[in-house]
Amino acid sequence: MGEMTMVQAINDALRVALKTDPQVLILGEDVGKNGGVFRATDRLWSEFGEERVIDTPLSEAGIIGTSIGLAINGFKPVSEIQFLSFIYPGFEQIVSHVARLRTRTQSAFPNQLVIRAPYGGGIRAPELHCDSTEIFFVHVPGLKVVTPSTPTDAKGLLLAAISDPDPVIYLEPMKLYRSQKEVVPSGWYEVPIGQARKVRDGEDITLITWGAMVPIAVETASKWEKEGTSCEVIDLRSLYPLDEETILSSVKKTGRAIVIHEAPRTGGLGAEVAALIQEKAFLYLEAPVIRVTGYDVPVPMFALEDDFRPNLNKVSQAIHQVITY
Amino acid sequence: MLDQLEKEIVQYLTPEGKLTSVGELAWGEIPTDLKKQFFQWMTQIRIFDRKMILLQRQGRIGTYAPLEGQEAAQVGSALALSQDDWVFPSYREHGVALIMGMPMQQVILYWAGRVEGCRPPKGVRLMPPAVPIATQIPHAVGAAWAAKLRRESYVSVAYFGDGATSEGDFHEGCNFAGVFRLPAILFCQNNGYAISVPFSRQSASATVAEKASAYGFPGVCIDGNDVLAVFVTMSEAIQKARSGQGPTLIEAVTYRKGAHTTADDASRYRPSDEVEEWIYRRDPLVRYSLLLQQDGCLTKAEMEEWEEECMQKVEKAVKIAESFPKADATHLFAHVFDSLPPSLEQQKEALQHLEGGYPWEK
Repeated sequence: MGEMTMVQAINDALRVALKTDPQVLILGEDVGKNGGVFRATDRLWSEFGEERVIDTPLSEAGIIGTSIGLAINGFKPVSEIQFLSFIYPGFEQIVSHVARLRTRTQSAFPNQLVIRAPYGGGIRAPELHCDSTEIFFVHVPGLKVVTPSTPTDAKGLLLAAISDPDPVIYLEPMKLYRSQKEVVPSGWYEVPIGQARKVRDGEDITLITWGAMVPIAVETASKWEKEGTSCEVIDLRSLYPLDEETILSSVKKTGRAIVIHEAPRTGGLGAEVAALIQEKAFLYLEAPVIRVTGYDVPVPMFALEDDFRPNLNKVSQAIHQVITY
Repeated sequence: MLDQLEKEIVQYLTPEGKLTSVGELAWGEIPTDLKKQFFQWMTQIRIFDRKMILLQRQGRIGTYAPLEGQEAAQVGSALALSQDDWVFPSYREHGVALIMGMPMQQVILYWAGRVEGCRPPKGVRLMPPAVPIATQIPHAVGAAWAAKLRRESYVSVAYFGDGATSEGDFHEGCNFAGVFRLPAILFCQNNGYAISVPFSRQSASATVAEKASAYGFPGVCIDGNDVLAVFVTMSEAIQKARSGQGPTLIEAVTYRKGAHTTADDASRYRPSDEVEEWIYRRDPLVRYSLLLQQDGCLTKAEMEEWEEECMQKVEKAVKIAESFPKADATHLFAHVFDSLPPSLEQQKEALQHLEGGYPWEK
């Protein structure tokens, strides 16, 4: 047991999975000898050999498509797409095949695979590396979608994804890869998919978020605590399926909710969460559910990324709006 | 990677700076001015590239994709093009961009995270760097198609790397180029590695060039560190394309001397003897300088003078780029649509309203 960053915790989860389950394979671009561009697969190639940690040609459709062929023969491929923004050549494989293989074969074959991808902004990455397109995958029936915000959750969620009988899209917020270190349990443990985490207790308002926006929600909550407003912060962790119970019980307690996400506003997951709240907790609401999101514009190059992303100021404006409604 | 040079490969100038027999013939036909330009541009680009790495280390730009080692491939190919020709680069073709007429300060701005660095001046037919892999190839083929449909004589070039040949877009672009017999040049700088993955892991075929035969057009494998071979081969391909004889795939075998980007550590995956061979024995600029000196085309003093001039040009461009007005947040909404839909107008107003400060400060 030692202190780990999120990327180290992901590495540890992969190592534990490779050690524990001989069916687990790792595939991707630069995942082998190089150990991944973020070092998520560091040293796994030398430890487990090139038949289990596989440098593939540069081809997202190839990586995801062949993962299906491996999975229906009992392997459990954990593929890495180098950046979520580069997943699109593989998108057809995901939408038309990964997601509906179970339905189309009426569960005739296993399809236990995980697709990992770093996503989101805030690290001054080059152009076209920073989109938060989680909603694309949430919207496709047949996929589970998860994203951690702490090292401990990162490891537990990844192991849960690997042992899940259904395909899981596992999204890694780049901004949090090395932002925090904590003691992470050793060995195999799982954070159940479908369970949100209450990050902070509060009475007046519920901030619902995930991934790299969690620290911003917490920072804002601390600031408002001093102003006399108490915010509860919920990290969804599982974007599909949603933990309705945790969301609704919190909103029923506070009567106010703000959803924060980095992705553009229109058609984002915030809209789904807001709809869920008004459908199932309408009579408890003291104010409309507000969204704080990226703008409906292409994710900018990094000179403007701080202006694009939600921040303390933007969340504070929303809190002010909700409590003075 | 060294075994790639054992393939049948077009070479005009050896690493020792000696002309081969075909090289002798070509050299006689190249005007002196162009001979100088090869040197001048390769030098300019190298000095620019080294400065960019320095700027990145100092935190003055973001992650940068260095090109040192690939100057001959870029200069030889771009100098064969005309102003009317279209160029579709990947993210390592700063040299090509500069030659095509992109102001240096804009290339710097691009790597400083400014979208203004994407926009070419009027009359420069250069697309912004394609960051996803191989996606620019079908675009180039489409631009070539436009030339054919309009009976115009320009050609269209896609620049890409060896890794791109594994993507579907490469196949689809080549296939269209072949089927419609388009004036497209598919220019692959095979630098041996797609980040860490060697070409042997990218493809089971010995060369990229031979893939062309499956699409029904010629492919040529050339020494990409030999500016003369690159220029002559590219010129021939352009000539063929302009005269309606269809596309050519050119594989310029080269090497990036540095890392994939400033965020990469190439020592993790490349053997040092291989790196040294390419840096010290196969450098494109060194071999060409040797030739020029032997030929008497440029003296050592003139070369040094030019280097000094290049450094000044780079410093000037850095200064212009760094004095560029600070990016304004509302620019997020500029150039998203021809005119903003009401919902985006609202979002823009909300952003402007934010600048009023925190609620508890009011």
